[in-house]
Amino acid sequence: MSVTDGLISPQAPPALPPRQWTRSRIAGTCMVIFWIAAGAGLVLYLVGAWDPDYIATYAPRYLAGLETTLTLVLISICLGAILSLPIAMGRMSRNPVFSKLAFAYVYFFRGTPLIAQLFLIYYGFGTFHRQLDAVGLWIFFRDAWNCALFAFTLNTAAYQAEILRGAIESVPRGQHEGAAALGLNKFLTFRKVILPQALIVALRPYGNEIILMIKGSAIVAIVTVLDLMGQTRYAYSRTFDFQSYIWAAIFYLIVVEVLRNALVWIENRITRHLVR
Amino acid sequence: MTSTLTLLGFGNAGYGDEIAFGMLVTTTLSLATLPFGLIVGFLVALAKQSREPTLRLSADIYTTIFRGLPELLTLFLVYYGIQIGLRQLLRLSGVTADVEINTFAAGLVALGVVFSTYASEVFLSAFKAIPRGQYEAGDSLGLHRSHTMRKIVLPQLIRIALPGLGNLWMVLLKDTALVSVIGLSDILRQTGIAARVTKEAFLFFGVACLLYLVLAMLSSIVIVWIERWTKKSGDTR
Repeated sequence: MSVTDGLISPQAPPALPPRQWTRSRIAGTCMVIFWIAAGAGLVLYLVGAWDPDYIATYAPRYLAGLETTLTLVLISICLGAILSLPIAMGRMSRNPVFSKLAFAYVYFFRGTPLIAQLFLIYYGFGTFHRQLDAVGLWIFFRDAWNCALFAFTLNTAAYQAEILRGAIESVPRGQHEGAAALGLNKFLTFRKVILPQALIVALRPYGNEIILMIKGSAIVAIVTVLDLMGQTRYAYSRTFDFQSYIWAAIFYLIVVEVLRNALVWIENRITRHLVR
Repeated sequence: MTSTLTLLGFGNAGYGDEIAFGMLVTTTLSLATLPFGLIVGFLVALAKQSREPTLRLSADIYTTIFRGLPELLTLFLVYYGIQIGLRQLLRLSGVTADVEINTFAAGLVALGVVFSTYASEVFLSAFKAIPRGQYEAGDSLGLHRSHTMRKIVLPQLIRIALPGLGNLWMVLLKDTALVSVIGLSDILRQTGIAARVTKEAFLFFGVACLLYLVLAMLSSIVIVWIERWTKKSGDTR
């Protein structure tokens, strides 16, 4: 039998051993210091290069350029989405002619650089300017903005068709069979059963495609469209001031990050029923 | 038709040899960028899955920046940025000289940085696919951590990451076309020169597109071959 006079008074847990300066911690700290220095250097550079005249001249131009970029991407994504429907259907079609044609289209536009496609349309269609004039299309293809829109639409349609096809094929067969067993017709099955499930799968690739288009649209600056990149090159060619490119980088980063976070938010929102 | 053949022919009258040289430049640039991008991407992936928060943070900053910038802008930032930076450095040391950096090197750095951010994502998801037990098995066999990585994790990692890396290679191949903008004589620049001189823009840019398609087809053959080769030892179980 044991006798206790009192309980041991509560004690604080032993102190955590001091964090070791492991190699990875040293490397990580150096990297963070590097990024902080780089950020501070950037801010100092921009403050040092701050010129009210420069800002007053080029800020409105940058905003107009941003608007051009976003308009171009928005329109081509929407037109591409419409165009991608028949292509995706062709890819999934059992008719060999349709599926081969759709495959060739997708292979061409995904296998060649967007910039080469843009040059092919903007400079290349100039070769046929007499024939195009005869059918009244030259007015359209004369303008660099229209050419860019045309090239982007064709390009994104190929990518979106593949996204759509992948998403539709990711819906299990049982869903089709279940809908058939319920007596739903083909169209209703597609609209009410297949599409809602496919779009959840497709959301992330669609978002990536929009981001890729925003970044890819910078090349229209080369064919004289004054988008964000075009205005940047204009500003740089006038002033030879490197801050033009820094400002463009800041603009692009903000747009892409806002978009990316919005997409994550949307994805979390529409997959609430799948979270367990 | 004969005129088309003459234009594309080799020799003085045609642009075939110039375009072939452009194809060589494009291939060389992509092949030179690949190891650089792969190594940096692997290191960034290691940092991202490290237990050290500072390493994770710095890797995240790196990928956020270079994934968010257009490739063309990255190229300009590298090309003009390094030139201006070097010029400032020289001025500080009292020399005023005009510095021109090699367009090939600028393209290699810019494309490699972009490639590495995407490659790090591929490697990271491949790391996540490797179960903890593999590391523990390495520990219990008394292998050094670097040995575990090299002999146990890496062979499996490559097999998982290969399809993703194959896609990235295709993207890289297409991104090299951007380097023509800063004046490197790749496929697009050479065909562009030919198009401007001969006024046969559709022909030459069409040829450029076809050449990129050919490169893509060749690459997919090689990638399928590599995938089959890496699977040889794995599928016996």
